[in-house]
This record gives sequence, structure tokens and C-alpha cells, in this order.
Amino acid sequence: MICRERPDIGIVEDVMSREEVFVRLGEVFRDVFDDEEITVTDATTADDIEEWDSLEHINLLAAVEQEFGMKFNMGQVVSMKNVGEMVDIIISKIG
Amino acid sequence: MRELEYPFDSEEILKKSKKIKRKLLEERSDFLDKKIAVLGGSTTHDIVRVLEVFLLDWGIRPEFYESEYAQYWQDAMFDNPALEDFAPDLIFVHTSNRNISRFPAIGDSAEQVEDLLREQYEHFRVMWDKIAQKYHCPIIQNNFEYPFYRLLGNREATDIHGRISFINRLNEKFYEYAREHAHFYINDIHYMAAAYGLDRWADPLYWHMYKYAMCLQAIPEFAYNVSHIIKAVFGKNKKALVLDLDNTLWGGIVGDDGVECLEIGQETPMGQVYAEFQGYVKAQKEIGVLLCVDSKNEEENAIAGLNHPDGTLKPEDFIVIEANWEPKSKNIVQIAKDLNILPDSLVFVDDNPAEREIVESQVPGVATPQIGSPEQYIRVIDRSGFFEVTQLSEDDRKRNEMYKANIQRQRQAQDFGDYREYLLSLQMQGTIRAFEPLYMARIAQLSNKSNQFNLTTRRYTQADIEAFAADDAYITRYGKLEDKFGDNGVVSVVIGRQGTMEDIPAYQKRDTVSGEQGDVLHLELWLMSCRVLKRDMEYAMMDSVVMACKDRGIHTIIGYYYKTAKNSMVREFYGQMGFEKIAEDDTGVSTWQYTVPDVYQPKNTVIEVAK
Repeated sequence: MICRERPDIGIVEDVMSREEVFVRLGEVFRDVFDDEEITVTDATTADDIEEWDSLEHINLLAAVEQEFGMKFNMGQVVSMKNVGEMVDIIISKIG
Repeated sequence: MRELEYPFDSEEILKKSKKIKRKLLEERSDFLDKKIAVLGGSTTHDIVRVLEVFLLDWGIRPEFYESEYAQYWQDAMFDNPALEDFAPDLIFVHTSNRNISRFPAIGDSAEQVEDLLREQYEHFRVMWDKIAQKYHCPIIQNNFEYPFYRLLGNREATDIHGRISFINRLNEKFYEYAREHAHFYINDIHYMAAAYGLDRWADPLYWHMYKYAMCLQAIPEFAYNVSHIIKAVFGKNKKALVLDLDNTLWGGIVGDDGVECLEIGQETPMGQVYAEFQGYVKAQKEIGVLLCVDSKNEEENAIAGLNHPDGTLKPEDFIVIEANWEPKSKNIVQIAKDLNILPDSLVFVDDNPAEREIVESQVPGVATPQIGSPEQYIRVIDRSGFFEVTQLSEDDRKRNEMYKANIQRQRQAQDFGDYREYLLSLQMQGTIRAFEPLYMARIAQLSNKSNQFNLTTRRYTQADIEAFAADDAYITRYGKLEDKFGDNGVVSVVIGRQGTMEDIPAYQKRDTVSGEQGDVLHLELWLMSCRVLKRDMEYAMMDSVVMACKDRGIHTIIGYYYKTAKNSMVREFYGQMGFEKIAEDDTGVSTWQYTVPDVYQPKNTVIEVAK
């Protein structure tokens, strides 16, 4: 965690770093695809993970939403190209 | 498995279903294998995936057929070799209001709306008839949930042009069909969507992105609800509620606080909550759920608490009351024994998590729902679907009385020195006949529920049972038994098929056979409810089967014993009936032969069987 000062409201809040998002995201991928070997990077796409088809994609997104307590909207779901873009959206929503 | 018990974490199930499935398959092996066709009007992928783990948890190992996207109607209506080869044991039609092809337009006349209603209904009706006729298996059909918007606002419900009005009327037509067709069950997604919250349930993102009829997070609750119907159809319902008393059926501890200080009745909010719960439990009796008590109490105090003037439940509502200081796990084993049912038919209801834990670990198979706080008891038990009602027979309503009479019989048996004398004193009257329409449902139910006194453990649907009754090659017998304590209802079933000696090897492989109709009777099924064990009913059934054989000129009867984890009780049954063992193999199948004598001496001498 990184502590970020929020002088405007007088508190210090925790912000997740990109690395931490990747750590937690990797865990979600391993759960969903039930495969302990999976690691993810910015460039990871559905082509890199055998079981990641359009049907599993739905389930994956739901698990990611649960993990980070956020929701993707339709536009984001449609345009997301790789894991890096997914992480960008996550950070923009929880940052 | 805890992860799959209501109330569960839907998102965890969605995320980890693969791991959960693996664990379930490792934990047990005595699954009932069933083939389930899911014909979808929307995406079914995650529904099937989650339904699978719930069914495994109920002891059913499903094999699935999934229609191509939204091909439910085509799959059912037209030639479909894949589905025919699959030979489903059950067909689930997963449709939603997205599959209503046309709603009334605001300008439509009353007649046009009426026509449209008929047209939408007929689309489904012809499909159900076709499925019944072609696949002879039970059908589960979703009703329709409400749409997520209301063009006419509140008027939607009353105006014939409103979608709400249209859906209500269409649903009512579905229900009429369900009332008229025994093997047709409605999966009430209308209720599920309401209970879940329609706005979340109908989140349009999931329809437009993935063509799901509901949001992904609602799928576990939806699949759980369907699994209740499926497991009930295949005889996996629970049978009894075993209830704690203090802080479960009333507030307070009767031994410490005294009867007058218990919270039950209309005086306090907490008292009202317990009163409502007692009313709910009492109503379970009407649907055939057996009620018992397992409580750490002096028996005297337990009875005093149950006689509280403001309580709905009374001591006589319970079949067995175990109130003592023994471990609850020990009491629950005794209760299962007294009722003559297996522990996995019991649901243990106790407010104390530690007691639930003990029962769960000591008596595997007993359901131990985490009932939460008193105001949640009803919802948790209700939504768990332990006793899903797929049919209501007279037997169900009388079941508590029957079991109670049984316990009286057991007590009386202890007073008799001579067992035959005791049996005669019961004044038993039997009815043994070929299958009759009135009992088809009960016969099918027995074939799915009987595990212990069951020679072949073949499971049949009501449609199968009706087919046997109509087939000349079959000798069918059901047996009903009454005595001075009450009516036990239909308790025994025998099904035999006329064939030849050549059929034996197939039967020894536990296969079904449909060959030439000869003069040898192969006993495909012989079962009896354990509640009439040691009453000589099996002899009366034997007499009836032998007489039927004589009428048809059958000289040889072949009986088969298929070993399972639960039926060792009848391993030597045919030997006791006078059969001779002619083969036994290492898969646990033994074959027994009986030659019908010229002069047959009836074996039953204690039950008066109506001619």
C-alpha cells in the first residue's frame, strides 16, 4: 500500500499500486481458471490462457469486479484489449 | 458442502466452481447418475456449470446436453438425433421474458391481445406436448419474470396492454398446464427475481453483452432453485426436521427460566418471531415432513415447554422426542433408527453453531443449516429447499401419523412373547394388485427413495411406471398395508418381465432387456419400505407374484440381487423366499431361481389380503 495525503478532506488513504493490482489479479485468474501456474502481465490476452474463451470471460470479469469492489460498464467490457487495459480501468475506478 | 449451503456466497461459487466440483467428486462416490438436457432461450454456460456443483452436492452426478444458443424450441420440436441419443432423464427449458416474441401493442383490441396470449402460450404448449410424447421424461419449465421497466407505470398491472399484465396472464396459463400434467414442473423465476431484487436480476448489461437472462451474480441462486426440483424429482428430498428447543422453538431456556418466562406468543416482538417459526414448522407436517426433537433438557421440562399455551407446536406433533443430556449426535442417530430412515434424510435445526458442528462431524450426511438469528430461521430453511414439493399425495399428509403409529407398534412388540402373536394382534389388511392409476406417483416415488430393502435399485419415473402397467410382458404388483394403528399406504413394489432364460446374462450386467416374451419371469424390481420391515408383507407379495405366474403359465422365476452401498439387508432375501442361488459374480450381482410348484402353499399367514 502507498499512503497518499488527502489534504482536502484531512485524511490519509491507502491507494493500491499497479504492482499490487497485478498480484491480486493473478490470484483471481488462478481461481477462475483453476490453474496454479498462471501469471499475468500487461500484455496478457485471452490467446495466452487456454481456457480463456468468451464464455469464461464473463466469469472472469465478475470475479475481478468482486475482488476490487467495482463494476465495469459495457463500454469498458467491449473495448478492453489486454490485461494492462483491464488494470488501467481498475486503477481509475478505485484510485 | 458448506460453500453450497444457503445462505451462500454466490461470487465465490462462480469463481471457484471448478475447484468445488473437484472436491465434491473426491469426497464421495455413491452418486446417482442422471442425464439432463438444458434447452435454453438465452446463454446457459454458467448456469450449467453452477447447477452441476449443486446437483453433485445433492448426490446427483449430472451429464448435460446443452442446446445451441437460443435453440430451445427447434431442439425440442424437430428431429434431433443428438438429443435422442442422449436420452435425457429430464429436460429443463430455460426461457425468460426475453423469449416472448411479441407483447401487446397499445392500439391492440381486447380480442387481439387475447389472440396474442393464446399464440405465445401455444408456442410453448406444443413444445411441452412434443417433449412428453417423444422423450417421456419430466420437464422443468421457467415461468416469466417481470420486465425491468414499465411503460405504463403502475397501470402496467391492470391494463391488458401492459407487459406486467400480459406476463401474469401467460404465467397463469403455464400454471394451469402444470396442474394438469404430473411430470411438468414450473421453475419459479418470477419469485426468484423478486426475492433477488428485480433491478439487479434484470441488469440489461448481461443480456446485451452475453445474452444472459439474468445477471451473472444471480446464477447461483437461480441454479440452486432448479437443483431443488431436480433432486426432488429424483427422490433426494430430505424427510425429517430434527429440532432443538431452547432458543430454537422459543426464546429462553425452559429448565432455567421456567415455562412462564419463555418468549413465545404475541406479547413481545421476539415472542412473535418464535410463534411465526413454530407455525412454519407445524405447517411442514401437512406436506409430509416428519418432526422430531433433539434437545439437551430434562424430558419433563421439554414437554412443559411444548405445552406452553401460546405455542403452536405441541408434544403430539412430534414423532420422537429425545430430550436428555446425551450428545445430540447420539440422539440423532437414535432418531434415524426409530424412524427407520437414513441419517442423510434428516435436517438438524439448532441455534447453536457448536451443536451443529458436532452433529455434522459425527453423523455425516445430516443437513445442519446455519439458521442465523431467530428472524432468519424461516427464510434460511425455506430457501434451502430441503423438502421441495413436486407432488402432494394423501400419503404425504398422513406421513406423521403413520410413523407415529409405527413407534407405537414397536413399543407394543416389546410386550409380546411370541412374534407371530404380535403380528396377528396388529390385524393387518393388505391390498396387493397390479399397478393402478391412483398409485403411479407413489410407486415412482418409492422406486426413487428406497435404498435398503431394494434388490436392484432401479430408478423409474412415473412415465416408466405407467409404461410397465400398460405392457403385457410385465407383471406388476404394488402392496398396501393397513393395521389397527393406521394405514401405511403403498409400501412394496414388484416388477417382473416375462422373457426367456437367454435374458439372464443381460440382467446380470444390470442392463434392461426387451426380448421375446417367454415363460420365465425376471424380477426387475422388488422393493419394500423399511417402515413395514418384519411384518411378513414380503411373503404376501411373493404369494401374489406366484399366483400371477400360475395364471400366465410361468414356471420359472429369476430374481437378481444388485449389491449397492446400502442394500446388504436383502443380500439373502431370495434365499429366504425359497429361491436357489444359481450364480454370483465379483461385481456383487447374484442370480436366484425359483420353480413354481404345482401346489403352492401361501407363505403369508398373518396379513389378510383382499381378494
